[in-house]
Amino acid sequence: MMSFLLYKALLVIIIFVISLVMAMYSTYGERKVAAFMQDRLGPNRAGPIGILQPLADGVKMFMKEEIIPNVSNKFLFVLGPSVAMFTSCITGAVIPWGTSLHIGNTYYPLQVTDINIGILYIMAVTSIGVYGIMIGGWASNNKYSLMGALRASSQMISYEIAMGLAIIALVMHTGTLSLGKIAAMQTSWHWNVIYQPLGFLIFLICAFAETNRTPFDLPESDSELIGGYHTEYSSMKLGFYLFAEYINMFISSAVISTIYFGGYHMPFVGHIASGNFLAILGVIFLFAKIIFFIFFFMWVRWTLPRFRYDQLMNLGWKVLIPLSIFNIGLTGFLMWATGRIH
Amino acid sequence: MQALTTRSKVAVDKKMTLKERLYLPAIIGGMAITLKHFFMKKVTIQYPEQTREFAPVYRGQHVLKRDDNGAERCTACGLCAVACPAEAITMTAAERKKGEENLYREEKYASVYEINMLRCIFCGLCEEACPKEAIFLTDRKVDSEYQRGIFVYGKDKLVEKMDERVDVSKRQTKEVIEFKKHPEYAHNQLNKSLK
Repeated sequence: MMSFLLYKALLVIIIFVISLVMAMYSTYGERKVAAFMQDRLGPNRAGPIGILQPLADGVKMFMKEEIIPNVSNKFLFVLGPSVAMFTSCITGAVIPWGTSLHIGNTYYPLQVTDINIGILYIMAVTSIGVYGIMIGGWASNNKYSLMGALRASSQMISYEIAMGLAIIALVMHTGTLSLGKIAAMQTSWHWNVIYQPLGFLIFLICAFAETNRTPFDLPESDSELIGGYHTEYSSMKLGFYLFAEYINMFISSAVISTIYFGGYHMPFVGHIASGNFLAILGVIFLFAKIIFFIFFFMWVRWTLPRFRYDQLMNLGWKVLIPLSIFNIGLTGFLMWATGRIH
Repeated sequence: MQALTTRSKVAVDKKMTLKERLYLPAIIGGMAITLKHFFMKKVTIQYPEQTREFAPVYRGQHVLKRDDNGAERCTACGLCAVACPAEAITMTAAERKKGEENLYREEKYASVYEINMLRCIFCGLCEEACPKEAIFLTDRKVDSEYQRGIFVYGKDKLVEKMDERVDVSKRQTKEVIEFKKHPEYAHNQLNKSLK
């Protein structure tokens, strides 16, 4: 029992640290990718090729003056970034980071908890994530913050529907809500993206909207809302908001890789490795996929301009939702046609 | 009227085709462009280690030339001050005394010659106006300072020193050099001193 708790605690800490480090280096990666796509070099002075830049940014964030506006609701003002950070950190619990390590006579699965409604858990937690932004924007008592918060909440609620419908089609295909089982069943090349290309596309677009990334970054839209919901924030509270966005990006990439891109599976690798070595290779493959999707998020950000708000709502309600309902029907029809249901 | 560019398109309020309404082909096209730039050569010049090369005709801090004997070429005619659109140049003329022939090339010289570097726009009109080939713009930069007064450069900073002469040959195009070889201007040649 003790060793079980110890192993779980260790796993939680490792995942927590990895999430934070990934988010830290996503900020560095974002600046590098932005620079490279604009024919610049990006940060390269702090350490070799600028590798210490996130540390310098972190120190700067901590050293800055902390300002809490007089007219704000102090309790909610502090609660906002805390909720945002908390919700983005707890999502990693249900993601299967690998198969399991066989040490001694015990198998240690590389997943904190394989609850049988893993996907619903992720949907629920991301919904709570809206509160972080909403509370922060409202508590600031600033019209720009409020506008950003309003935009964020309506956008995230709208796109959650399409996202949920895309997942329904996926669940029809997999027959389970458990992320562990979904990852385990996509052996070698049987990735879900091959069976659910339309669902993947809808999920990807919704993931962009849910993480408030360009082209759906209307809650922040620096050029119109002076930063949106975090206009009044400074120092590490601002840092938490920005950081939460990068953790969300990391978790979204992990979820996309897990449910659509085979998780820790890779074609043909079963022939060259087995046992613990295969498990570790699986973790590496999963992280390679995650890093690719983080890069993809950045790639899109530095390519596409921001949507107008009515375009955003049109896309969400009039295109993605009908499309995902069509996808559900199509999935059902194909399953009936191939004889998987009667 | 001649079109200014071949890439301009007339904006029309036409119905978008299905391909355009899908957005995805255009998005993929855009992403291909950014990915291409991702691998392109970067244009950044990393300043303290690298510096951008100056054009050969760069117009920087002025120099008041001396001739080969070390005599100042300027005769304080004031044409540069008249030509200056920013009114940055002032001078006081003085008469050459006996025994000063090594110091000044002609009978009249500038005892005070000042250029206000904050007013100067580095257009090079002073250089064009000068009949004595005395003033030139060079590829040196004006130093930054903390006080405004320091930017009024006097003769101590402007007149070239004989042990570190400033090369201004690049400021003159081939045609100008050719033109100045005309016998009428022989007395004025840059590196020739009056006997």
